[in-house]
Parts: sequence; C-alpha cells; structure tokens
Amino acid sequence: MTTAPTTALTPVPRSITVVGASLAGLSTVRALRAEGYDGALTLVGAEHHLPYDRPPLSKDFLKGTADADSLALGTAEEYDGLGVEWLLGETATRLDPAARTVTLGGGRELRTDAVVVATGATPRRLPGTEGLAGIHTLRTLDDAVALRADLTAGSPRLVVIGAGFIGAEVAATAHALGLRVTVVEAVEVPLERALGREMGLLCAGLHADHGVELLCGTGVAGFTADGGRVTGVQLADGRLLPADVVLVGVGVRPNTDWLAGSGVAVDDGVVCDAGCATKIPNVLAVGDVARVPHPFTGRHARIEHWTNAMEQAATAARTLLSGASTAPRAVPPYFWSHQYGAMIQLAGHVAPGARPRVVEGDLDTRSFVAAYELDGHTTAYLSINQPKLFNRLRRGLTPLLATP
Amino acid sequence: MITVCRIEELPPGEAVRVTDGLPAPVAVFNAGGALYAIDDTCTHQDASLADGWLEGCFVECPLHAAAFDLRTGLPTCLPAKAPVKTHQVTVEDGFVRLHVTVGEPA
Repeated sequence: MTTAPTTALTPVPRSITVVGASLAGLSTVRALRAEGYDGALTLVGAEHHLPYDRPPLSKDFLKGTADADSLALGTAEEYDGLGVEWLLGETATRLDPAARTVTLGGGRELRTDAVVVATGATPRRLPGTEGLAGIHTLRTLDDAVALRADLTAGSPRLVVIGAGFIGAEVAATAHALGLRVTVVEAVEVPLERALGREMGLLCAGLHADHGVELLCGTGVAGFTADGGRVTGVQLADGRLLPADVVLVGVGVRPNTDWLAGSGVAVDDGVVCDAGCATKIPNVLAVGDVARVPHPFTGRHARIEHWTNAMEQAATAARTLLSGASTAPRAVPPYFWSHQYGAMIQLAGHVAPGARPRVVEGDLDTRSFVAAYELDGHTTAYLSINQPKLFNRLRRGLTPLLATP
Repeated sequence: MITVCRIEELPPGEAVRVTDGLPAPVAVFNAGGALYAIDDTCTHQDASLADGWLEGCFVECPLHAAAFDLRTGLPTCLPAKAPVKTHQVTVEDGFVRLHVTVGEPA
C-alpha cells in the first residue's frame, strides 16, 4: 500500500470567520460544528437581525400571514450550543489573507486562520430611483417591512419591474392583498433563462389568469415623481404607468467589493473550485456570492437557490476540515416558487436545447409535471402543483454530462 | 374520532390529508403497513406533508429538505425546528380511524 501525498492538504484552521449571517453563513457554522470542528468560530452579519429565512419575505411575510419571529432560522438554545461569536450589524470591509485578517467597518481587525465568504448579493437598482420614496427592492427583512408598509397604506397602485421570481411573487402577493398590479418585463419571455421559452410563457400566463397585467418587451425609461415620491413609471415605448409603489426586481449583484485587493479572484462572484475553495488557501465562498462549478449542471455559475446555500455550506465545511477541496455528489439544483396559489418546483438543469414534455397532468389546469429532454436524456423536471410526483421523479435525475 | 377512509384506499407508501372536522389538517400515512398520523403542515413553511416523500418512518417536506419522524413528529434536520403533533390511528372494521391529539406537541 502506498501513502497518499499530503503536500496538497491545507492544515485544519484553528479559527474560522464566516462573513455573512444568512442561510449560507449559518449553515456553514452548523456544518462545521456538526463535522466536529471545535476551534474558534466568528459569524459576521451586516444586518442587525439574527439569521432568518428569506423566501417568505415575498410571500407570507409580505401578505401578513407570517410574522418576523416565524422567519428565524435557529433558536436561542441552538445558538447557545454552537459556541459562535456573533458580530451582527458589522460589515466586513477588507480581507488580507497574508496577515490573516478581516477588517470591519468600524476599523476593528479580526485575526483568523480561515474565512468563508457568505456575503450574498444586493438587488440591482435602476437609474433615477435614488432617494425617491415608494420605490423598493426586496432582499432583506427590513426591505420587506418597508414594502409591506407601503402596500398596506391605503390601496396603492403597484408597478413591478421585472417578471422574474421575486417580481412575480410580489405581484401575486399584492394581488392577494387586493391591489391593482402591473408587471413590466424588458425581455419578451419572462423566466426564459430559468425555464426555457415554453414554460417561461406558461408561468407568465399565471399573471393573466388572475387579471394582473403583464407588459413584456419594454424597458423602463424613467420615473415621474411629486414631492420626492414616485407617481409613475415611464416606459421606453412612451407609455406612462401610474404608480404609488414600485418594486424593482431586476436581479442582483454579488457582494464582493470588500474583497478588492485581497487577491481573491472575483468575476460575477467569488471564483471557487467545486469544493468551494478559492485559489487562496483557507479562503472559501458559499451561497449567492459564490461562483462554483456545479457537479450536476457542469456550469461554473452563481446559483441563488435556497437549497444551494445549504449544500455549499456542507461542502465548504468538508473542504476546510479535510484540508482537501473535493466536489460533492452531483445533486440536481432545486428551487421552488409560490405564485397565485401555484407551487412551481424545478429540479435539474434546463440545458440549452432541452425541450419540456408534459409527463403528468396538463398545462391548462396549471397542475402538471414536465420533463426537459435533450437527446433522450431527462435533464430537469418542472412541476406546478404536483409536489408528490415531482419529488419522486427528481430523485431519478442524473447529470447529462459525466463530470471529470 | 374521525373515519378517514377504507384501509384499501391507503396502500403502503401512500398518504391522505384529512381536513374535515379538524382545527388543523392531519396527514395519515401508510409506511410499509404501519399507519401514522401527524399534523399535515410543515413547521418550517406552509407545505403539506401528505405530499412529501415517504422513506421508512420518515417524511420529507415537499418544499425543503426538512424531514419528520412519523412516530414522534420530531424534525430530523433543519430547516424545521419544531416538531409536528402526532395523532393516533387505528383500523376498525376495515376503516382507518383518526384519534386527534389535543394540545401542544410533546
């Protein structure tokens, strides 16, 4: 028997700082402790809140059927047991891997053997919206509180810019609150990148099913305002949509500015290998901010899904504690969305050229499962309101390409 | 006590959601011949556990990775933190009967 070379292994750190205290960051801390790491752990969070669940912010929380307490990701009892130093309301401003320091906004320096970047992303804003009241983005609990306050003051007219998942969910929630809603989308087919053309059109049809107007293929030229408050959205095609409240859901930008000068490679997110490691020893990234090659899809892209944050946290913990970065099992990516009472679930990879075929139910009833097929191989399943069958089928998904 | 269905209507691996006459929906499972009943709504987010993936004595929430032990109602992993209530199920004269537990989960 030969001895495996050990030169590639990085020593197990004795102190780890996780920057970002949302699902990805908290899951990393949990995974490290679950794997037996008993060294020092620091969790830095830009928000003042303890970790909370974001998906309900556009749905039950916005509607008022779930309160902030119900969003908590952990309990006080669990946190006591984790043995973590919490630094909430603190923003990391600098990483110096050579000096092994993370600098916080107030100038404080944390010394640490390893850093896990879990700083997430920030919603993109549109030009001309700075300082204008009534214009919102939705990412944080504070964002949701502010949006809800505006949506529940009287009976405002809402314009949603962007018919992606956030925009569609907010539109559906506002519709359920009894508001007049118009959705504006720059591209011709909403969600085409995520679901392909046919299913993108189908999901876009959910708006019309419920009498919510969807305007596609038109950009936003600007806003009208009165006394510092938005009054309308000016479309590129000349139309003016009256609006008391505007929700901008046009994607996010990964929070990587603080890594400038650190030597960590950044290119639409922190560039990582399949084990969530960067090229800098003991600097890793997880969640929305991390650009990690995916063993199922073969794509090297950021994935903003909830389950991805938990899966990458487990991967990063293994990499840190084993000293070797290895790819996890090829689990198909998964996400879900709730809109207008429809539960949309997708697992797998909507590969370019893959065509959906309905395998159960039918499109008209909005209750079906479709298989995306490419060269006779099923690459993904999309389900609306068929969770049971979907969860059975998704377990049979295999990667299209054998991973190296 | 609530009559759920005939036992033949709940074969192994299947689940049925019961709502009539209950303060909160209950899911009744046939896990390999043994019947279990738990509160139907996942304690993490609003999803019906009767639609979940059944594996042995565990059901996985259809939305997330949260799984519950049908015998105890305890979540096996995060994101669910709180247990679901368990209820008694019996078979009498070929009918599945549900005896709902009143009060908080253990």
